[in-house]
Amino acid sequence: MSAPARPRKKLVEVKNLKMHFPIAGGLLRRKVGAIKAVDDVSFDIYEGETLGIVGESGCGKSTCGRAVLRLYDITEGSIRIDGTEIGTMGQSSLRRMRPAMQMVFQDPQACLNPRMTVAGIIAEPLEEHGKLSGKARLERVFELMDAVGLNRNFANRYPHAFSGGQRQRIGIARALALNPRFIVCDEPIAALDVSIQAQVVNLLEKLQDDFGLTYMFISHDLSMVRHIADRVAVMYLGKIVELADRDALYERPLHPYTEALMSAVPEPDPALEARVERIILKGDVPSPANPPKGCNFCTRCPKVMEICHRVDPPYREHRPGHFVACHLLEADSAAHDQSAGSTGATPTNTSIQQGEDA
Amino acid sequence: MPDGSAPVLDVRDLKTVFRTRAGDIHAVNAVSFDLRPGELLGVVGESGSGKSVTMMSLIGLLPTPPADVCDGTAMLAGQDLLRMGPEALRAVRGRDIGFVFQDPMTSLNPVFTVGFQIMEPLRRHMGMDKAQARRRAAELLALVGIPDPERRLKDFPHQFSGGMRQRVMIAIALACDPKVLIADEPTTALDVTIQAQILELVKELRARLGMAIIWITHDLGVIAGIADRVMVMYGGQVVEHGRVRDVFADPAHPYTRALLQTVPKLREPREAQLRVIEGQPPLLGAHPAACPFRARCGQAFDRCARENPARRPVGAQGHDVACHWDHRSGAPA
Ligand SMILES: Nc1ncnc2c1ncn2[C@@H]1O[C@H](COP(=O)(O)OP(=O)(O)OP(=O)(O)O)[C@@H](O)[C@H]1O
Ligand SMILES: Nc1ncnc2c1ncn2[C@@H]1O[C@H](COP(=O)(O)OP(=O)(O)OP(=O)(O)O)[C@@H](O)[C@H]1O
Ligand SMILES: [Mg+2]
Ligand SMILES: [Mg+2]
Repeated sequence: MSAPARPRKKLVEVKNLKMHFPIAGGLLRRKVGAIKAVDDVSFDIYEGETLGIVGESGCGKSTCGRAVLRLYDITEGSIRIDGTEIGTMGQSSLRRMRPAMQMVFQDPQACLNPRMTVAGIIAEPLEEHGKLSGKARLERVFELMDAVGLNRNFANRYPHAFSGGQRQRIGIARALALNPRFIVCDEPIAALDVSIQAQVVNLLEKLQDDFGLTYMFISHDLSMVRHIADRVAVMYLGKIVELADRDALYERPLHPYTEALMSAVPEPDPALEARVERIILKGDVPSPANPPKGCNFCTRCPKVMEICHRVDPPYREHRPGHFVACHLLEADSAAHDQSAGSTGATPTNTSIQQGEDA
Repeated sequence: MPDGSAPVLDVRDLKTVFRTRAGDIHAVNAVSFDLRPGELLGVVGESGSGKSVTMMSLIGLLPTPPADVCDGTAMLAGQDLLRMGPEALRAVRGRDIGFVFQDPMTSLNPVFTVGFQIMEPLRRHMGMDKAQARRRAAELLALVGIPDPERRLKDFPHQFSGGMRQRVMIAIALACDPKVLIADEPTTALDVTIQAQILELVKELRARLGMAIIWITHDLGVIAGIADRVMVMYGGQVVEHGRVRDVFADPAHPYTRALLQTVPKLREPREAQLRVIEGQPPLLGAHPAACPFRARCGQAFDRCARENPARRPVGAQGHDVACHWDHRSGAPA
């Protein structure tokens, strides 16, 4: 999982992705507004890496993962998988792309058909997309069961006879059936017991090494994401507020929300717990149907400034590979630019100007 | 935490069996613990280890049948909870023991205002009139950090966010100044930033109101941050118990050790591979005649299959473990 030294290839490129859900109201159920579940996010995922997506409940992580796989008709933006634009692709062309991109869901219970045997569940995508004969198909099912550590003797059992961790393995085997290159893992361990979580994470890592898979790993468990991800994106209210290499993000978060999020994680060590300084956020998360004016985090930000209530901060690369959307950094870099004697207004200055004019 | 004071709650040898058509499930076996005024006892253990059933048994919230709370005592202020009639127990639940359930949406009634739901126990158990109850309810909402409490009393549960609903549940549990608050995974459904708000609140309330708290959670980090003592459950039994700093610094049970090793730590160097506890939890189909952890234990030896280990003291005061293996000498105890 360590990043390769040679120039890396971008397998997934997402630009200005928006996914808005209409709010219908009134007698005629007309569209009266929109839930901006994902509101203008851009990021790349390199081949063979794991991009972690973290953030509070309701911030749009799942919607983002589903939109990238085109499980929705997206509102706006561009999604390229291995160079092919799929953002605007029709369902029939998409169907040809499907085998390469798969999803593992949070609740293994809910997405396994209780009336199908394990073998049937894993074979289903093979029947739909593959060209394997019955016998070869069963052999492939056994292979997949081996790969995820399920006993072949269980092939004819039904999902209810399995533990949570085993059910998650069935879901993973199914996702692997068509040799995908890219898998969106949406909270694959959230429903599992702590002692089982580690098993599933280790399995995902092993499969990545064995098959060169690329993951988008959605989770609200920051310690687990630090373990599995190479780079991490932090979402807040439909936007990415920070994206960076794992170590940079965890060791030196630049966005006040990331800082608060990191500081809030409880540490299983009383000696350490006593020393940890917590940033306790005040106030509740605003609704994505009615985000605040200016920066989305301005209602809870401990470092909020006057400008934050007026102007949405631009999402920019402040250090190599480290993207942040925050006015604090804009102020920093503006000061830096000034002291370096740079001339001309940066894009930030322009937007501040506009804000003041308004 | 005053160590010498008499416990507010003293549970001895609690045993609960579910009598189901498919056979008995021995969910809680000979569980003993006590709780002193102003103390916070953390309860951890894997899913199905009997944490919730233990607490529900105490306050008569299990459906009987299938549940059969068949042995033990639970003394609260000189009275045995396990031998009380349903009426008396109901009074205890509202007045002496507050309870916060895991899922705030299912335990708040969606058709009544939040104000009504906080005022109801105040009127019933504290004999307050409507105006008094309303004033107190607003105070309680303010206490749990909900802004504009007077107005919010008129709102229905769905008008609150998840974190606020959880705080409303805590307000209801606190309404009658209970001696004991039992909180069953009160923050699992919440985000870390909201969870941190609630934990701060609980610490403050404990200091201010001096109530004793039992806090059930999967999250060892939460325990490390707020508990005085911790009780580790496995397969319906208490396998280790002691002061938090002793148990975390010197875990004596192989399960506790394994559990502490499986959780990745945010503020420590990242490990290349996560450790796992291999194997499955026990089935609880029979009264345990052997150690419930032996099938997954690296230290198991023949005695573990013959004899269920009793809790024995180790080292520091009040630290005990149910294990035949001595973690210090690395030999049978
Ligand atoms: N199909 C839908 N129709 C309308 N609104 C939706 C739909 N799906 C999601 N939303 C809304 O979009 C927002 C983002 O939801 P999403 O499920 O992506 O959050 P999330 O970050 O995955 O949260 P969690 O951690 O709780 O899973 C939420 O406000 C949610 O209510
Ligand atoms: N109504 C019931 N009928 C039969 N068995 C039950 C019933 N309720 C609980 N059990 C069993 O009792 C055991 C203990 O369950 P309990 O809910 O106390 O676990 P827990 O430690 O609280 O787990 P979790 O962390 O998942 O909440 C489990 O094996 C469970 O299957
Ligand atoms: Mg989600
Ligand atoms: Mg429980």
